[in-house]
Amino acid sequence: MLKRRLIPKLQMKTSRFGATARRVLVTTIRFDRVIEIGDPVSQAKIYEAQAADELIFLDLDASAEHRDTLMDVVRRAAEEIFVPFTVGGGVRSIADFRRLLAGGADKVSVNTAAVQRPDLITEAADTFGVQCVVLAIDYRRNSDGTGRVWTKGGREETRLDPLSWAEEGERRGAGEILLTAIDRDGTGQGLDLEMTRKVAERVSIPVIASGGCGLASHFVDGFFEGKADAVSAGTYFCFKDENPMQTRSRIKNAGIPIRLHT
Amino acid sequence: MVGIVDYGMGNLLSVRHALESLGADTAILADPEELADADRLVLPGVGAFAEGIRRLRETGLADALGKAVKGRLVPILGICLGMQLMARRGFEGGVHDGLGWFDGDVVRLPQESADVRLPHVGWNDVSPRTQSVLFRGLPACADFYFVHSYHLRCRDGRDVEAACEYGVSFAAAVRKDHVFATQFHPEKSQDHGLRVLENFLQWRP
Repeated sequence: MLKRRLIPKLQMKTSRFGATARRVLVTTIRFDRVIEIGDPVSQAKIYEAQAADELIFLDLDASAEHRDTLMDVVRRAAEEIFVPFTVGGGVRSIADFRRLLAGGADKVSVNTAAVQRPDLITEAADTFGVQCVVLAIDYRRNSDGTGRVWTKGGREETRLDPLSWAEEGERRGAGEILLTAIDRDGTGQGLDLEMTRKVAERVSIPVIASGGCGLASHFVDGFFEGKADAVSAGTYFCFKDENPMQTRSRIKNAGIPIRLHT
Repeated sequence: MVGIVDYGMGNLLSVRHALESLGADTAILADPEELADADRLVLPGVGAFAEGIRRLRETGLADALGKAVKGRLVPILGICLGMQLMARRGFEGGVHDGLGWFDGDVVRLPQESADVRLPHVGWNDVSPRTQSVLFRGLPACADFYFVHSYHLRCRDGRDVEAACEYGVSFAAAVRKDHVFATQFHPEKSQDHGLRVLENFLQWRP
């Protein structure tokens, strides 16, 4: 039986120690408050040892000037980690896809550039295969509860509705949806189950739910009520005295098929 | 030397790192003539069948692979798209002839219920046949990492080395003499995957 997936998310920003710039692991709250944690690849190794099913590296500094430090993280991860990983943040072109995949990423996630030019999804899927293309959808809810897709790391509102954008993304060739509720990011209040379920019911590609996990039961809810194929969390694994191994046994006990051995 | 065939489709680095962590001496081979130096081969790959077979033919690697595998009987392991390309025919993006080492067609997984999402992404358990060389030392029901939408439907059930369930039962691994292949990614399947690679490296005719 196909297992549900638990995916630690490693968000990164550029930090300077003296003269050298490098990518550090950070957590965020509602995409805003940033807290530096440490080295992303070291943390990724720990998650791998704790039987994470996959990893997601998200670059919050989408600027081209620091591209080398991102590639450095990707290459080190590819050398040291034997689970699949996705890289996203600042991906604008087929050349960006090619560079990240050649560096060792298994999948590439794209958000802003896909909204600006949806053909990018199709071109990437045709060139590298649908399994490489993860459409990241960040959204907020308006006061009336309707969802709106936001781009540029939660700084720019679009007119897109997350449901129809997910559907269009699938039609254009995305292989997975990474759905993130910006309002819940880093809050520990639980996933947006209603939106997750709606998206999961609308598309027939896998949906990764993210934003808001603060308890092991939030993962269980995401799988049961949200019908998510995978749940991704950043802050939860960074600060809590929780690790993927403990969380997965709680999920298993709730009756959800999940991988237990490595 | 274990030659990793580079035809521009997918993640060769992870395959290389996994093999090297097991102590193998590896080389990434893009030039067909270099295949003559390999005493073991890996044909990795992700992406679409049509593009994959086109690249193998245009680069001359398809002929070189034929000489090595069918002429010199070099043991080979196909991974994911690499396994599918070993089939007689593929039905992704039109109908295309494959390398023809396994009698069967590569067809899309049936999507008959809402629970079957495609691509089939994630960890799924694999049931090897008893005494399978490739799965020696592994539990009867070990999880491996898959990411694919098509599968190889073998005409001869004896070619199927291990099965997996996703809507239907499909071939997770196949073998014919010295030709091995897995639909899952052993290089991304942690300890279980490394064990499969090790079993392949240690196999002698």
